[in-house]
This record gives sequence, C-alpha cells and structure tokens, in this order.
Amino acid sequence: MKIGIPRALLYHKHHKFWTTFFDEIGVDYIVSPETDKQIVANGSNRAIDEACLPSKIMLGQVEWLLDKCDYIFVPRQKYWLKYEMCTKFWALPDLVNTTFRDKKVKLLYYDIYDRKVYRERKAVYKMGKYLGVKRSQIKYAYIMAKQAQMNFDMLRTQKQNAMLESSDKTKILIVAHSYCVGDKYIGEPIINAVKALGCEPIIADYIDEREGIRASLDVTTTMQWPYNRQLVGAVELLKDKVDGIILVTAFPCGTDSMMDELLIRTYKDKPMITLTVDAQSGTAGMETRLESFVDIIELKKQAQQQSATDGE
Amino acid sequence: MDRKDIIVCFPHIGNYAYAFRYLMEKGFGVSYLIPPPITKKTLEIGSKYSPDYVCVPFKYCLGTYIEALALGANCLAQIYGECRLEYYGELQERLLRDMGYEFEFFNMAEIKWTSPKSIMKNLKIVNPDVSIAKVVAAAPTTIKIIEALDKFEDFIRRNVGFEVNNGEFDRTYNEFLAQLAKADDGKTVKKLIKDCWGALNAIKVDKPEHTIKVGFVGDYYTVQEPFSNHFMEKELAKFGMEVYRQMNFSCTIIHNQNKRKRDYAKDYVKFDIGATANSTIAEAIEFARSGCDGVIQVKSFGCMPENDAMPILQRVSEDLNIPILHFSFDSQTSETGVRTRLEAFYDMIEVRKSSERRKAV
Repeated sequence: MKIGIPRALLYHKHHKFWTTFFDEIGVDYIVSPETDKQIVANGSNRAIDEACLPSKIMLGQVEWLLDKCDYIFVPRQKYWLKYEMCTKFWALPDLVNTTFRDKKVKLLYYDIYDRKVYRERKAVYKMGKYLGVKRSQIKYAYIMAKQAQMNFDMLRTQKQNAMLESSDKTKILIVAHSYCVGDKYIGEPIINAVKALGCEPIIADYIDEREGIRASLDVTTTMQWPYNRQLVGAVELLKDKVDGIILVTAFPCGTDSMMDELLIRTYKDKPMITLTVDAQSGTAGMETRLESFVDIIELKKQAQQQSATDGE
Repeated sequence: MDRKDIIVCFPHIGNYAYAFRYLMEKGFGVSYLIPPPITKKTLEIGSKYSPDYVCVPFKYCLGTYIEALALGANCLAQIYGECRLEYYGELQERLLRDMGYEFEFFNMAEIKWTSPKSIMKNLKIVNPDVSIAKVVAAAPTTIKIIEALDKFEDFIRRNVGFEVNNGEFDRTYNEFLAQLAKADDGKTVKKLIKDCWGALNAIKVDKPEHTIKVGFVGDYYTVQEPFSNHFMEKELAKFGMEVYRQMNFSCTIIHNQNKRKRDYAKDYVKFDIGATANSTIAEAIEFARSGCDGVIQVKSFGCMPENDAMPILQRVSEDLNIPILHFSFDSQTSETGVRTRLEAFYDMIEVRKSSERRKAV
C-alpha cells in the first residue's frame, strides 16, 4: 500500500508531522514534486476559474499522484487551535472527490471537525485504525511526529530570530500563508528577488504559532482564521525590527483580502507593498515593483540617519 | 445618550428591514431607520472605501451604512457567519471610524452566546436600559412578520409572470409594506397580513398548464437582495417563468433546515463545506427532482463557500440532467450581459422542453 501526499496547502505547515507519522507506522508514501508551470496548468484546467491559486495547485498535485499510489492523503481541517479555518479547508476532500470522480480516486480521510483540543489526536487515531495499525504503535508514532514537527518549527524560529538580531542588511518582512511562501511557484521567486536586491527576507509564517496568535489578540478581536491571526501577530511582534513589509496574496484569497486591509490600516507608518500572484502571470513584473520599494525604504532609512546625525 | 436619540440601522437585505424595525422599536425601545433603497450610488460609495477583492455584500453593507449615517442613524448593526461575514463587522467599524464618523456599533460576532453576561453587555450597546422581557414579548410578532414576508414573496415569485394587469402584484405588496412600516402592535400586523394575503390571492392570474419552472439558489446575500442580483427574479418572471427559491430567513433562522439539507446532499458532499454551500447543493438537487426545468446559481465574485459548491453543482447537473447557470456578481457586472445570458438560458430550456414533448408524442 502506498500513500500519496500532495505538496500543497497544509503540507507546507505540517509536512514534518505527516511524513514522520507515516514513517513511524511503517506505511510507504510518496510526496508529489515541487510545483512547476505544468502542475499549475493542470490544476487550472481542473478547477473553476474563480478558485484560489493554492487550491488549483492542490488539484494539479493530486493529478500528478493519481496513478502512482493507492490512497491520496487530503486532510480536512475545520478548526485549528480553537479558531475556524477558511472554508476551502472544510471542503477540500469533497472538492478533490468531485473533481476526480471519474478517476475513482481513493482518499485517506483525516478530519479535524471541531474545536476540541484533542481532536487532532483523535483524527490521527482514526486514520491509523483505517490503515490497520496497532493502537500502541499509533500512539508512539503520534508523539514522535508531533515532536519532530515541534523541533523543526522551533529551530526555524530560532534561526530566524538569531538572524534578525545579527544581520545589518535591510530586513523585509514577507507576510504570506505557509502554502504561498513555501511554494516554489508562488513564494520562491519573491524570496529570491528580495535576496537579489541585497535585503534579508524575514518570513512572517516562521514565527511561533501560539505566540503569534496571542499577539494578534491585541490587534483584532473577531478574526477567526488561525493562520491569518498568526501573520497579524507576526507583524505586531516584528514591526520594530524590520524596515518594510511585503503582503503576498494568491488571487483571489478571501481571507487575505480582509487581513491586508487591517494591516494597512493598523501599521500606517511602515512601508508596505501588496503583491498579488495569479495562475496566468505568476510573478511577472514583480521585480521592478520590488526594486522601487526597496529604493524607497533605503532612501527613508538614509533620511532618518541624516536627521539623527543632524540632531546630535 | 438618551434612549429617544438612538437610531438603529441594519444593512438592506430583501424587505426584512420592516421586521427589524418592529423588533427595534417595540422590543428595544429605540427608533429604527429603514435605510433608503440600494442604488448604483450606494455600490459606488461602498466600493470606493472597501478593499479591492472583498466580496460584494461587504461593499453593499458599507455603502448602506454611509448613506444611513448621513440620514442620522447613530447605531449600526452587523451579523456574523461562517465565511468572511464573521469579520465584516470589525473591519466595517474600523473603516467608518477612520473616515471620521461617530456611532455605536452592535457587532453580533463579538457576542459569546454561552455567556449571558456577554450577551447582556452587547445588547446594552443598542440601548443602555434594554429590557429583555420587552424584547422577548416583541419576538413573536417579528417572527410573524418575517414568515409573512417570505410567504408573500414566494407567492409573488411564482405568479407575477402571469398577472393579467401589469404591476398589480407589486402595487399590492408595496402598499402592504408601506402600512407595515407604520404598524405598532401585534393585532394591526396580524390584520394587515390577513388583508394582504387575501388581496394577493384575489389578483387575476392567467397561468398556462405547463410553465417553465426555475430554481433560484446562491449565497445568502446575493440570492435574497434583489438589487445585488440585478432584479433577476423579476427578469425571469418577465420571460414567463415560475421562480422557486428556498433560501430565506424563515428556512434558515426561524425553522433551521441546515441539517436536513446536509443529509439530503449526502451523495455529493460528505462533509459540511461551510456557510450556505451545502444548502445550495441540496436545493439544486431538490429542484431537479421535483421537476424544475433549470437552476440558476447567483453568487458574489470570490464567495468562498459557493466557489466550492460550483464544481459539485456541475456534477449534479450531469447526473440529474438539469441545466445550471452560474452568475458571479462583482461591483461592475453589466445589466445587458446578464439579460443576454438569461435569454439564452430561456431559449435553451424551451428547445429542450419542446424536443422532450416531441419525443413523448
């Protein structure tokens, strides 16, 4: 038996957890490759026009996996850390099922369907039972997987924090969902462009989940999407340490359309730019905009230094 | 603030402003401003101050708020939901405050429904000395008004295309609404409803034996607010179609049928896919099975749950052999484009029907 994991959406958030879990229970798995133009095109053909780019990529990745495995792992996550997710994540298994109905695709269900704290563990147990694994083995695998993911996240956060302190390059905060910033088609060109301009990209998504959500409580009271909250919290925590903010949105992301407005209104004195990525143009024309954005930041920085020395 | 000075306003959705008025004036003891009808101007103002990619209902609500504030409203209300609607209230309040308006904001997303203290605290935003007993006493009549509005509109939707004297339904109904805006107690409301129902039934209708029936589904706001779907129900009636619609306040808030509908759509959707998407699919299936000739789905552009419902609706269309037409409304959709597509849809259904009849003969 072989399980296919599409490299899209929540894979970028939980990949260590999932892969370690399947390793520990001894199930063979295959992860689809990095997103390229062909996968995006396949996904766009399958999806309706209005669907958001990450969900199109998801369909493209699933299509790549179709003949290469027995089960496809499409998680459904309705809640995360007691907050409601975007409805796309509620509908994902149904969406994949309907889209590939004539291919007789078999999905491995993994369903976090209410806000209770232990729901993730329950979902893992249910999936393990379906795969015919012993309970004790699932328990062990779950703990190992959880720890692996935690270590991975923690090291990433620590590394970034250390860089924030030590680096004296211009630091630019990239505010984007994990499935945008971690994707080769959406995120990587932006990060590379920022690096090429001689700046240090700081990824807002790399901040600790709980810490970010806690910080976001001061900014917004009724926002329900946990990952958006994490990003808002990241901006709140890092706003004094960075020089500029890039808001990356995959067109037409519903949650980002409102979060961006909140960020623009709350942090008025920070230089901010919105980059929208869609399936057709990708990130074309972005370099020029980023270049002028960085120029503005550097001019502002120089002016500030000038006034500081004049003051003395 | 003195209680006489509070003027509450809720964004337009269908004709429910008349029910809200009764609840606010009789239950909460504050005055209510029935907002002016939505026009192109409302949408223009709303789009000007809204984020670009947000769904259109947000823009309509914001436009209505700005117009109402200019007319003297000073307490605005917003509901909550499972999709972006949950976050509407906070962002709209923020936008309006940044524009320099002063008002109270009753945001139902802030209420924790499990805590009586939180409920009371939020209700006191509307009226600092609110009496729960009075609110409860006004509730039955409010519910009666909502049910009557839904029943009448349902009746009108099915018959307005076949009226003998043009415009008679609209005239009767508008008269009823005008009187409802002045009704002060349960008895008057009851009498009004009875009279109007009689008057509507007395209107002469010339209905052929076989009519074209169309089901109307879509997202909560767009399907219920006629301006936001370009008065599509009326356009359809002009072609001589019967329009059926299940989505209204009675079927969702008063007699909640979400669970029944979710079960009904089990073959196509295994899970709850958010907000109105499950009921959209269930309604489409129900219309197809009960002999409708076509289904029209209306939604705002980028509506998260309805987007997920679209591919599933295409499967329903394939399986049950029923044409489904999708409309996405943005702030700039042209009216002519809508009418052309509707005409084509009508022609297609008619050709299908006549070929079926020929086969049967």
